[in-house]
Amino acid sequence: MSIASPRSAQGREFLAGCRDELPILLGVAPFGMIYGLLALGAGLPALTAQAMSSVVFAGSAQFIATQLIREGTPAVVLVVTVFVVNLRHALYSASVAPRLKHLGTGWKVLLAYLLTDEAYAVAASRYARDGDRPDVAPHLHWYFLGAGVTLWAAWQASTAAGVFLGAAVPRSWSLDFTLALTFIALVIPALKDVAAAAAAIAAGLLAVMVVGLPYKLGLVLAALVGILVGLFVDARRA
Amino acid sequence: MSWLPALAVAGLVTFAIRLSFILLLGKVELPPIVTHALRFVPPAVLSAIVFPELLVRDGALDLRPGNLRLVAGVVAALVAWRTRNVVLTIAVGMAVLWTLQALA
Repeated sequence: MSIASPRSAQGREFLAGCRDELPILLGVAPFGMIYGLLALGAGLPALTAQAMSSVVFAGSAQFIATQLIREGTPAVVLVVTVFVVNLRHALYSASVAPRLKHLGTGWKVLLAYLLTDEAYAVAASRYARDGDRPDVAPHLHWYFLGAGVTLWAAWQASTAAGVFLGAAVPRSWSLDFTLALTFIALVIPALKDVAAAAAAIAAGLLAVMVVGLPYKLGLVLAALVGILVGLFVDARRA
Repeated sequence: MSWLPALAVAGLVTFAIRLSFILLLGKVELPPIVTHALRFVPPAVLSAIVFPELLVRDGALDLRPGNLRLVAGVVAALVAWRTRNVVLTIAVGMAVLWTLQALA
């Protein structure tokens, strides 16, 4: 890219982070648009749909929250579900924590807000590559910031595009089905071994069996049982 | 009713999770069992959503070929398995659903 090269190492790192995040946006932008469409379809006002993208700022959690809202789930279940779905971010937090130790609280808060799957993936691979180089390491938080801000901007813009288009799309197009399809596309690569597949199948089958439970409790129950089955299968194989 | 308060809490919860270890400076370790269990969160949660979406219609299990979403979902799963491409999976799944709906 031919952006005028900034003099400071911080500026260079920031732009490098922006640049390295760009390829991921190809996958993220359609996802954000579909979210915007679905959120309107679930009955959320446009501004609330847009607000969720900056307040929650977590793709899969937003899709699931949208599904729960569509079904009129109580707010408590929504919050608990988002908590469970986003628990994996605790792993990311633990993983980058040593790299951010030297920073002030402001930086930590800002980078934590930007700690999505996609920003983590880009930042973590850079930390793995250059995190121990004394000449570069002190500025790598700027790289993280560049990656995070780029993803954030793309997520807000694509949400807005989806919300804008949403009003024009008729129900007969069955666009709500893109939600299930998105989850299918996300779950298949997560089935890396027998234990993960067992977790998915157990959770899926149980979810079908308890679909009549009130307040979407079946989802949380099925997910918890699926996780336990995964742990059990893993322990048996170890 | 407005969903904003619930979404604000959900946002705070998400932020707190992301900030947790960054703020604790890596001094506190997750118990290994928890680290291990987190690995199964995505497959368990996602399929707990997908299975009923595809298999349940009007509150009852529907495994008939007339369940168009099931057919389209299975095709999409094959695409996801072969290509690992989110956009392509959605595109093929919707194309199958629309075609079947047009034929039905």
